[in-house]
Amino acid sequence: MNLLILLFFPLVGSIAVLLNRNYAKQTALISSIITLGFAVSMLCNFEADASKQFVVDLAWMPQFGISFKAGIDGISMLMVLLTTVLTPLIILSGFNRTFKHTSALFALILFMQSALLVVFTALDAFLFYVGWEAALIPIYFICAIWGGADRIKVTYKFFIYTFAGSLFMLLGIIYLHLQTPGNTYDLQAFYALNLDSSTQAWLFWCFFAAFAVKIPIFPFHTWQPDTYTESPTIGTMLLGGIMLKMGIYGLVRWLIPVLPLGFAEWKELALILCIIGVVYGSIIAFTQKDIKRLIAYSSIAHVGLIAAGVFTWNLQGLQGAMIQMLNHGINVIGLFFVADIIINRLNTREIALMGGIAKIAPKLSITFLIVVLGAVALPLTNGFIGEFLLLNGVFQFNIWAAAIAGLTIIFSAVYLLRMYKNVMQGTLNELTGSFKDIHGSELVVLGVVCALIIVIGVYPQPILHISEAAVNGLIGEVNSKLAF
Amino acid sequence: MNSLIVVSILALVVLYLGLFKAKNALLPVSVLGLVAALVLAVCEWNSGAAPIFSGMMHFDNFAVAFTSLTVVSTILILLLSKQYFEKISENVAEYYTIILFALAGIIIMVSYHNLSMLFVGLEIMSVSLYILAGIKKRDFASNEASLKYFLMGAFSTGFLLFGIALLYGASHSFDLSVIAKYVTDHPEGLNPIFYAGIVLIMVGMCFKVGAAPFHFWVPDVYEGSPTLITTFMATVVKTAGFAAFLRLFSICFAPLSDFWMPTLLAITIITLFIGNITALFQDNFKRMLTYSSVSHAGYMLFAIVALGATSSNAIFVYTAAYSLASIIAFAVLILVKEQTGSENFDSFNGLGKKNPFLALVVTVSMLSFAGIPLTAGFIGKFFMFSSALQEYHIWLVVLAIINAIISIFYYFRVIVAMYFKDAERKELVSNGYFKLVLGASAIITVVLGVYPSLITDLF
Repeated sequence: MNLLILLFFPLVGSIAVLLNRNYAKQTALISSIITLGFAVSMLCNFEADASKQFVVDLAWMPQFGISFKAGIDGISMLMVLLTTVLTPLIILSGFNRTFKHTSALFALILFMQSALLVVFTALDAFLFYVGWEAALIPIYFICAIWGGADRIKVTYKFFIYTFAGSLFMLLGIIYLHLQTPGNTYDLQAFYALNLDSSTQAWLFWCFFAAFAVKIPIFPFHTWQPDTYTESPTIGTMLLGGIMLKMGIYGLVRWLIPVLPLGFAEWKELALILCIIGVVYGSIIAFTQKDIKRLIAYSSIAHVGLIAAGVFTWNLQGLQGAMIQMLNHGINVIGLFFVADIIINRLNTREIALMGGIAKIAPKLSITFLIVVLGAVALPLTNGFIGEFLLLNGVFQFNIWAAAIAGLTIIFSAVYLLRMYKNVMQGTLNELTGSFKDIHGSELVVLGVVCALIIVIGVYPQPILHISEAAVNGLIGEVNSKLAF
Repeated sequence: MNSLIVVSILALVVLYLGLFKAKNALLPVSVLGLVAALVLAVCEWNSGAAPIFSGMMHFDNFAVAFTSLTVVSTILILLLSKQYFEKISENVAEYYTIILFALAGIIIMVSYHNLSMLFVGLEIMSVSLYILAGIKKRDFASNEASLKYFLMGAFSTGFLLFGIALLYGASHSFDLSVIAKYVTDHPEGLNPIFYAGIVLIMVGMCFKVGAAPFHFWVPDVYEGSPTLITTFMATVVKTAGFAAFLRLFSICFAPLSDFWMPTLLAITIITLFIGNITALFQDNFKRMLTYSSVSHAGYMLFAIVALGATSSNAIFVYTAAYSLASIIAFAVLILVKEQTGSENFDSFNGLGKKNPFLALVVTVSMLSFAGIPLTAGFIGKFFMFSSALQEYHIWLVVLAIINAIISIFYYFRVIVAMYFKDAERKELVSNGYFKLVLGASAIITVVLGVYPSLITDLF
């Protein structure tokens, strides 16, 4: 029952926000912190082995083999932590902004949190799908109501892309369901299926379509830069920080273990697509003049590497992907928040118009630097351990792939540091002359982000430990089927 | 069975109320009578073991479920009619009476056990609808709708009747169980005229449910009729048509699916694409809804194409979801048209700001139409996809997915207009009945989406 409270408390919070319009932000923040408290208390009771814990299994539509079954293992635990840690930060980042219809915005964020937690803990394919789609509705409205000038067209594209992908996944889920002996949607029954490789080969693409659009993997990424740019920053953080991890989590939990033969057939192609994404995202990021767009493309590159790590399906690659999902969430929120602070004060997104801010805003300049260093994976920051493990995994898979993917570190150092230089250093100009340093809630958010970056960077072991047993278990399960 | 009697008598009572100028009693009497009919229908759950009236009707659970669904939809529509009919005509009692007569025909259509009863029920319903479509006597579009509907309807009835005659010629009976026995007794091959009969009946039924390429009457009739009558056609009539269609095919023709399935499969695919692609190009909200109703007919045909144990369930859930969403959409359209005089998408601009409640329920309805989870529409689509995949129609589902994606474009146009486009407009005023119906429909849509076991356990 413990888990049910975690899953549905954000919904309660979202109703509370709607009822308590005058203190919407505060209510939302309190709700998300309480949710974080639940998650931490579960972490304390969590045994880091491969088993599913805190399992709830309620009848939902028993005659169709659908149950409300959710549980947490090491992989889910990390994702739950990601969601519950980042949501309060995201909410806090909106504190000194004014929004129209504030209560609706924060209610939608909490609603989305609930859907995300369902996705990350679902052990029933139907429940997974419902959570997957339910997360899409709030983010669509967040982007479309509070977004920039071009938002209608962009959000249409975003919605159609993701909805199309998930419908194909639904096809795959129903098909698999019909193959299970007792006609159930249970994850374990899906794992136990032994379909022939040609069936798995086409089912692979059904699931891959849904996950690749969310992540996004090249060439399914075209919705992403526009959506990230046009969304309100709070929506961009939700998208980049948490939501795209749904796709990677889907690869790890559903696609590969359920369809090992399909995976074996297509893994080279999938890995090549990921690596193309890494290089492509980096190269385009070089040429961006818009700070938000630059971060959006850099995100394509970073996420491409995480997905590549998953497709190598070895311990280093997967563990790297696990920890890097958390790190990428933290870093991307830091980057987008800094970008939002700057854009908000200068009323422009053009990097060329900025400069010299470091001189008059020392707190911002230090926190921004730490975030950038985390994103470029400097040793002793969180990005380093993740990318190191990921590249290690890719290296075991194929040296050339690792060599090309390794360029991401160099590339990202170049464009992110260049961005930092152009924005923060140099001479002050008319626009940046009156820049105010960060204070209050901004300082709290960036402070927490920086602390996380450094703490995880220096001592990542506890986090790696959470998911290690579960990852090992999954790898063993898949490899035994592949050897068979 | 009892509910049929109640509805028939109710129609006559309402007619007399009109005669004695008891205008204010019309709505309460009709609604109370329908509630009584609903209760009586539900009481017959699990009791209709055998056909009654010399095998003419069979009030099995299928009939009970669909009777209840159509009665509930009719109640919701009648609640919306307060003040609506008075604006169109002076003889308000006629409306209630004719709608109730149509409902009586519909109850026969969902409970027949003899092909002659199918025909009788269909005709009672259709003749009532011809009148209802043309009830705005001085309105050009309404007259056109009525005439078109009548000509096309008469034509399709001819097909149906000829089909029934051919079946009789081959099997020597109108009785469904005798025909079913005839089919199973001759596994090696049937009389060729029986096959011809199936095709003709299929064409006749496709006309009635508005499946392409027999859908040409739908847009004009739906657009020309008074909106509330359109609502009735799109919800109750469509539900009944599919129930009758499914009943005949699942009882009698299931063993012959190799023969009729390919044809119906082609009809389904054409219906999906024609409905969706045409809806995409409409600027008029009402016309968009009519074309989308064609495409939804395509999804509903899935259950018949993939005939199996879950088909009745799938149709029931889908029609329930579709009816609720349609009632919301058409009801808000009535309000919007009253204020702006236009039925275009643009007339919804800025509704989200002025009428948050109306905008919210329309959003729920559009999400349900589009089949987004947590709404009843998703559960309906989910069942349709499941039943199609059960029979390994993978390509059909892939085509359906493409159509579902297309449909996002036009359903979301309404949401975009309501929330993201601003317009100078006044707040819409709606009476309490509207709020009740809209709120109830939206809540039921979400409840069924979250906990569908409420109605999926029925069959």
